[in-house]
Amino acid sequence: MDPRDLYQDIILDHGRHPRNFRALPHPSHFAHGHNPLCGDRVTVYVELDGERIKDVSFEGRGCAISTASASLMTEILKGKTLGEATALFKQFHTSVTGDDAPAPEGLEDEMERLAPLAGVRAYPARVKCATLAWHAFEAALKSGAVGTTVKTE
Amino acid sequence: MKARQQGAAAFDPRAVRRDFPIFARNPGLVYLDTAASAQKPAAVIDEVSEFYRTDYANIHRGVYRLSARSTERYEAARETVRRFLNAPDAREIVFVRGATEAINLVAYSWGMTNLKPGDEVLVTELEHHANIVPWQLIRERTGLKLVAAPIDATGGLDMAAFERLIGPRTRLVAVTHLANATGAMPPVEGIVRRAQARGAKVLIDGCQAAPRLPVDVQALGCDFYVFSGHKTYGPSGIGVLWARKELLDAMPPWQGGGDMILSVTFEKTTFQDPPSRFEAGTPDISGAIGLARALDYIEALGRDRIAAHEAALTEYGAGRLARMAGVRLMPAGQRRFGILSFDVDGIHPHDLAQVLDQHGVAVRAGHHCAQPLHERLGLAATTRASLGIYNDEADIDALAEAIAAAQAMFGR
Repeated sequence: MDPRDLYQDIILDHGRHPRNFRALPHPSHFAHGHNPLCGDRVTVYVELDGERIKDVSFEGRGCAISTASASLMTEILKGKTLGEATALFKQFHTSVTGDDAPAPEGLEDEMERLAPLAGVRAYPARVKCATLAWHAFEAALKSGAVGTTVKTE
Repeated sequence: MKARQQGAAAFDPRAVRRDFPIFARNPGLVYLDTAASAQKPAAVIDEVSEFYRTDYANIHRGVYRLSARSTERYEAARETVRRFLNAPDAREIVFVRGATEAINLVAYSWGMTNLKPGDEVLVTELEHHANIVPWQLIRERTGLKLVAAPIDATGGLDMAAFERLIGPRTRLVAVTHLANATGAMPPVEGIVRRAQARGAKVLIDGCQAAPRLPVDVQALGCDFYVFSGHKTYGPSGIGVLWARKELLDAMPPWQGGGDMILSVTFEKTTFQDPPSRFEAGTPDISGAIGLARALDYIEALGRDRIAAHEAALTEYGAGRLARMAGVRLMPAGQRRFGILSFDVDGIHPHDLAQVLDQHGVAVRAGHHCAQPLHERLGLAATTRASLGIYNDEADIDALAEAIAAAQAMFGR
């Protein structure tokens, strides 16, 4: 199998040059994600404006998959409502764990941008890399501005 | 079946590889993860299968001939292990599930009996979690103090610090014979001498050394030696604790059940002598027989020749990786053996291992069950290539080429 099946150009690019790779000065929510298995760490910052995600960013260190996933996530979530974000995470989780279900209505473009990460479904050990930032995002919304740590193991 | 006798001929990993069916079934496989688990020669696979077909029954209590044969083979396996370790007495060989269980046995039986509040167990920063966590578990119950001897800048054990840390309260020194995460070899003979001069017992974790080096527990002079079957080309689920007879004789059982008792009433139970005292319940009978076959196999290849082969291959691999730009070998002290752990600039170990796999090269990425050591080295994870008797220079070349391909892919 061609290694590029997993490491498509878009993943290599976001892995090398992550977008929104910074802390937010005044996050309304943030959380740390940690994968003790490989030591990967990510912190996701969110600034909410009512129900809408005004800004989202991340910092941390990790493999190309987890970095690219975090980067793509921040690009896609910016400007979305919390409802849309929840639907995207649910759908994304399904796509990386092996099911091809239709994208939530109105979010087809976003799901297509996340499609390259679905390559991890062939490598169960890497699913956690692809979902680490999303779990941290979800934990951030639950914890508010006090911060929390979510572990993927 | 007799293992191939090679006489004085040079060690030939290509011929050895033909003894391992996994390579015929997986053409192109470059297996560099023997430190996690070794592949199995056909001799071992066939022995286990043949035993079940021919001589299997439960051991020790059956009066019928089949049970007697099964018992005879199980006890013959114990004798093979005795010879493999050059232990003085087969009754010093206790079959367990693996090295992890062996260390837990020592902790719960010897440790719970002999360690008092303030007594110290001295380990090293090179240890596998299996030689750290059992001591922490009984720390709560005994009040022992767990002390870790540091590594020095070269990645070897800091012997001056070790010397200072062996104190009047040190009751046990528990040390690896060959560090699974880096391939570093602490000077165990010197450690044993220094520890025993201060009245401490010494446990050696031989998981990585047993498959690679001749092991002589009498020459080492240690008190406990443990290793796992599956890393020694035998089945998984079987392992060995060797301990001096006088220590075993004084140790209480740690698990109760059948086969470890002399008599049971509801008022009082009397226990068997070692090793039965420590083998409660039906053991892994076929595992012990498969392990003995594996030990016969590597003895027939010649343990000195295996050691020489792996030493040369380690040197070749370390040299090859050291010449690659952007590749940094983890420091392993004065002597690196059988294991090459490394870091590649700009590539996360999990990405690297994934790309190596696409090139047919099986390595491990992570902390290798040695988180304290990785913390000390300032890395969350490394990539580890570990050698076995079936590896040769072509495998190292394949590794180096796959690393270069990963570097090209990730833009280095």
